[in-house]
Amino acid sequence: MISVARLSKSYGSVHAVRDLSFEVRSGEVLGFLGPNGAGKSTTMRILTGYLNPSSGAASVAGHDVVDEPLAARSCIGYLPEHTPVYTDMTVREYLRFVAEARGVPRRDRKRAVAAAIVDCGLDNVAGRLIGHLSKGYRQRTCLAQSLVHRPPVLILDEPTSGLDPNQIVEIRGLVSELAKDRAIIWSTHILGEVEALCERVLIINAGRAVALGSPDELKRSIPDARPLRISIAGAPDENAVAQRVAAIPGVRAVDRLGPVQTEDGLEYELRVTPDDDVAVRDRIVESTRDAGWRLRRLNALDPTLEDVFRYLTRDGGKGAAPEPESEPDPAGRVGADDGSRDDDASREEGSR
Amino acid sequence: MTRTLAIFKKELWGYINSPIAYIFVIVFLLMTTSFYFLYAFLDAYASVSSLLNLFPRWFVLLVPALSMRLWAEERKLGTEELLLTLPVRSYHLVLGKFLAGVALIALALAGTLTVPITIGMLGNLDVGPVVLGYLGALLMGASYLALGQFLSSLTTNQVLAFILALVGCSILGLLWLISPLVPELLQRWIESISAANHFYSIAMGQIDSRDLIYFASLIVFFLYANIAALEVRKW
Repeated sequence: MISVARLSKSYGSVHAVRDLSFEVRSGEVLGFLGPNGAGKSTTMRILTGYLNPSSGAASVAGHDVVDEPLAARSCIGYLPEHTPVYTDMTVREYLRFVAEARGVPRRDRKRAVAAAIVDCGLDNVAGRLIGHLSKGYRQRTCLAQSLVHRPPVLILDEPTSGLDPNQIVEIRGLVSELAKDRAIIWSTHILGEVEALCERVLIINAGRAVALGSPDELKRSIPDARPLRISIAGAPDENAVAQRVAAIPGVRAVDRLGPVQTEDGLEYELRVTPDDDVAVRDRIVESTRDAGWRLRRLNALDPTLEDVFRYLTRDGGKGAAPEPESEPDPAGRVGADDGSRDDDASREEGSR
Repeated sequence: MTRTLAIFKKELWGYINSPIAYIFVIVFLLMTTSFYFLYAFLDAYASVSSLLNLFPRWFVLLVPALSMRLWAEERKLGTEELLLTLPVRSYHLVLGKFLAGVALIALALAGTLTVPITIGMLGNLDVGPVVLGYLGALLMGASYLALGQFLSSLTTNQVLAFILALVGCSILGLLWLISPLVPELLQRWIESISAANHFYSIAMGQIDSRDLIYFASLIVFFLYANIAALEVRKW
């Protein structure tokens, strides 16, 4: 239903999207992940016809988004990133306007609006001014707007931002219900959401696709070793343990999981992200023995989607931005919307 | 057509929900009719043309207040992204917004019809020039609106949109005031681009195709510029 082929978009010398290709079938939810400024919103804006691509092509339900913009757009329901709503309209007026502008026939309009209101749990605020509603209700109003004409394609840019956990579960349930006969793109920062909802995940960084596959495939795809969980007893304090383990060659990152009280004193638990699979384990065993500590536990963990995400996007786009003269930002972040650096990346560098 | 209608209705609803529309209509009616009656009593002479003569000046001040929100507000709220991803052409959006503003100008003009009706009841009224005068006023208001709507699409700030439109409309509507002060060569040029001059020539009762073409081309030009401003932002 959605087909993107070698899509690129640049603003002057800044490349927001480079050579991106993917497809989404009907009945599928594609999770669209990437750090801030990776090009997620730009890609979605090209699909919805808000921006034109610099090169490459995109089509929705067989209609090219540039050559047949109206046919393509009428198949799409779009939830933009910052929940644009008319604050001086009531929820019902807003949905009625969108239904009319999207060409829902007059006789079906009332039913379509009522169904969208029920689906998004807006029954008790339908007559209120949107300007008086909370962020969560505005978000749901905007989601209802994207559903009101029952489009075969849904493009949702961070649909759960501003919602509380219960609302997130509700929206996720609604979307997986809708996904049965639709193609859906769901962009988010929250990886757990993607795991619960999406059969396939596309991760982009600095405008380029860096991974595409099911959450399980992606977890297996990290070339690095699986993370380890270790417990050490007999050490003087947690700092000493963490520093010693971090200093072991081949250890990339150490997360403290906290001390645990056992029969013979404190045990310190750590989560270790190693560079290779086996040698590091040996070195951890040796190092703790040399320090006179006791290694109580060492087991390999399954990587989480967070690990995959952090691994693939750790350079903040350094590797993907070969033209240094066109990138004034030293981190090489491309098309950054908000300029906020990825904290995880810098923390990781610090602990290396 | 139905899509343009949807935008038109939404825009009209937006005006009804905002104080701007009421301020526009009420101030326009108050100012034009009160100045008219003032002149009428001072001169002890009632004619519709002295009412019509007031329109260009008040439009310069008030039409920018109507046009300022048309795009600047959408861009501020982010709803521009919603509109531009609807399955409608840019000209549907531009036309829908423009016609809503024109409807409000027509409403304000209709409010001043009390004056010619009163004159008609008291004495003899030459209906032809009155009809032409109101048609000319509507065309002039629509031209100012098209200009203001275009300028509103260039900014997210409504106050800035208002000021830009005020400057633009002043050039069209008030430049003729300085024409006695400039060399003769410039005078002719100023008169030919001055909306007020073209309006007065329609209001005098002479239908001249040049005046109609002048207003029509202003409207078409600025609406087209508005469409171009939306399209160019996609790149």
